[in-house]
Amino acid sequence: MFSGFMANTWAVATIVAVVAGVVGFFVVLRGAAFVADAVPQGAFAGAAGASLLGINTLIGLGVASLAGALGIGWLGRRGRRDVATALTLVVMLGLGSLFLSFSVEYAPEIESLLFGEVLGVSANEIAPIAVLGALCIAALLVLYRPLLLASVMPELAEARGVRSRRMETYFLVIVALATSMTLPVVGALLIFSLMIGPPAAARSFTDQPMPAMALSVVIAVGVVWAAIAASYDTNWPVGFFVGIIGAGCYGAGRSWTAWRRTRIRRAGTWREAGAPGPEPANVRL
Amino acid sequence: MGHFLSIVVEPGFFQSAPVRLALVAGGVVAVVCGVVGSFAVIRGQSYAGHALADVSVTGGSASFLVGISPIWGFVGVGVVAAGIMDMIGIRRPRGRDLATGIVRGAGLGLAALFLYWDTTSSNTTGATITILFGSIFTISSAILPAVALLSVLALGIVAVVYRPLLLSSVSAELAAVRGIPVRIVGLLCLMAISVAVSLSAMTIGAILSTALLIGPAATGLRLTSRPGLAMIWAALIGLAATWLGILLAWDSFYWPPARHGWPVSFFVVTLVFIFYLLARQPARWATRRPAVRSQAARAAGGLAPAAPGARQG
Repeated sequence: MFSGFMANTWAVATIVAVVAGVVGFFVVLRGAAFVADAVPQGAFAGAAGASLLGINTLIGLGVASLAGALGIGWLGRRGRRDVATALTLVVMLGLGSLFLSFSVEYAPEIESLLFGEVLGVSANEIAPIAVLGALCIAALLVLYRPLLLASVMPELAEARGVRSRRMETYFLVIVALATSMTLPVVGALLIFSLMIGPPAAARSFTDQPMPAMALSVVIAVGVVWAAIAASYDTNWPVGFFVGIIGAGCYGAGRSWTAWRRTRIRRAGTWREAGAPGPEPANVRL
Repeated sequence: MGHFLSIVVEPGFFQSAPVRLALVAGGVVAVVCGVVGSFAVIRGQSYAGHALADVSVTGGSASFLVGISPIWGFVGVGVVAAGIMDMIGIRRPRGRDLATGIVRGAGLGLAALFLYWDTTSSNTTGATITILFGSIFTISSAILPAVALLSVLALGIVAVVYRPLLLSSVSAELAAVRGIPVRIVGLLCLMAISVAVSLSAMTIGAILSTALLIGPAATGLRLTSRPGLAMIWAALIGLAATWLGILLAWDSFYWPPARHGWPVSFFVVTLVFIFYLLARQPARWATRRPAVRSQAARAAGGLAPAAPGARQG
C-alpha cells in the first residue's frame, strides 16, 4: 500500500487535504457551500475544453475555474447570490457538454475527472499541485485577518475600511485556485465534500478561528488517508469514501454540539430552560 | 410561410418521433420546473434544487444496478434526500446551505459507488454520461405516464399550499403568527422541488434540471413583482428555451465541426442565460432613472435626497 506509485498518491492526497482544510474553513465561515460546489463542477468544462484543444488539463481547469469564480462574483453583484451561482454553474456545464460532444468518446476519462483518480497520480503531477497549494495557503495567510472580519461581521469590516466586495473576489479566486489543483485528484463532484465536511466538523468542536482551522486540516487529512486506504483495499472509488466519511464527520460534529448544549442547559448555566439558546459566538476576534 | 419554415427548421423535424416525444416531455418538465422553481428562488433554495438534482442521480445509478425503472430510483432518492435535508434543517441560511452540501456530498459518494458497480457488473460505460448529462432524444414513450403523474403531483403540492407557502416564504414570522405550520409547508415545498427536479434530471439530464429550475424563475421574478404572474412568465420562458433548444439541436446536425449535432443542454442553458440577462435591462433602467434625477437635483443645488437606488433582490 505504501510502495511504488502509491507514494505519489499519499503525497498528493495530503497536499490536497491540507489545502481543502484551510480553504474550507473560510467556505464554511462564509456559508459559501454553493460556490465551493459550483466552481469545481463548472471547472469541469475547462477540462473538457483542454482535452478538445490538446492542451494541459491543469491550464484548462485553472482558466475555467477562474472564469467561473469571477462570473459568480460579477453576476452576484447585480442579483441574488444563489441565482448567480446556479446560472454560472449551468452555463459552464452547458459549455462542458458542448466540448464533450465535439471530442471523441471519452467516457472513462470524464468519469475519472468527475469522481477522482487518486490511485493513478504520476510523479510529475506533484510539483504543480504543491506550488498551487502553497500559493493558496500563502494568499489565505496574507488575507487572514481582513477576510475573517469580512466573513464574520461585514458591517464592522466595512467600517474599518475592509472592502467586502474585494475580499469576496479574492476569496472566489482562492477557491478557484484550490479547485483547479484538487480536481484531477479527488474529482470535481467530491472536492467539495472535503471542503465542507471537515471544516464544518471542526467548527463544532471549537469556536476559535486558528484552532478550528488547524483541526479542520487534521480532520481533512484523516478523511483522505482513511478514504485512500479503504479504496486501496476494496477497490471501490475514492470519492465514495471521501463523501461518506466527510458526511460522517459533520454528523459527529453536530451531535457533539447537541450533546454539549443539552449538558450545559441541564447544568443550568444556559438561559432559562425552553428559551431558544443564543447562537454560540462564531469567532472570537 | 412553408418556405420560411423549411429554412428555420431543417426537414423532418416534426415528423421525427423522438423529437415529438422530446418536445412533449421537455415542455411538461419546463413548465413544472418554472412554477416550482419560482418558490425555490423566492425562498433562496437554489442550492437545494441543484443538490437534489444531483442526488437524484444516485437513485438513477442505483436503479440501473437493481434493474428497476430509473424513474422510481430518481424520484425515490430525491424525495428521501429532501426529507434528510429538512431533518438536518438549520434555520439560518448559511447553515442550511451547509447541510444541503453535506447531503449532496454523501449522495454523490454513493453515486460514485453505484456507477462503479454498474460499470464493473454490467459493462455499461456510457451510463455515467447518460445519467449526468441526460439525453432528451432517447426518452422512451413508456415513461410518459409517469412523467405526467409526477408533474401533476408537483404542481398539485404547490397549488394546495400556494398561499401559506407564499406567506411563509416572504415572512416566516408573520406566517407563524397566523398559525401556518411553517416547517411542514417548507417541507412540502422542498418535496415539490425534489419531484420536479428529479423528474427533469431523469428526462433531460441533471444540468438542464438546475438551469430550468432557477433560470426561468429568476427571470420571471425580475420581470414582475407579482408572484403568480412571475410563475406564468417562468413557465413560458422555460418552455420557450426548451423548445427552441430542441429545434436548434436538431438543426445543428448540419453544422460544423462534427456532423452529429450539438448537445441540447448547451442550447437550452444558453437560451435560459440570455433570457435572464435580457430581463435585467428593464430592472436596471428602473433603478437608473431615479438616480439620474437625484443627480440633477444635486446639481440644481438642493440637498441630495437619500439614494433611491435600493437594488431589487
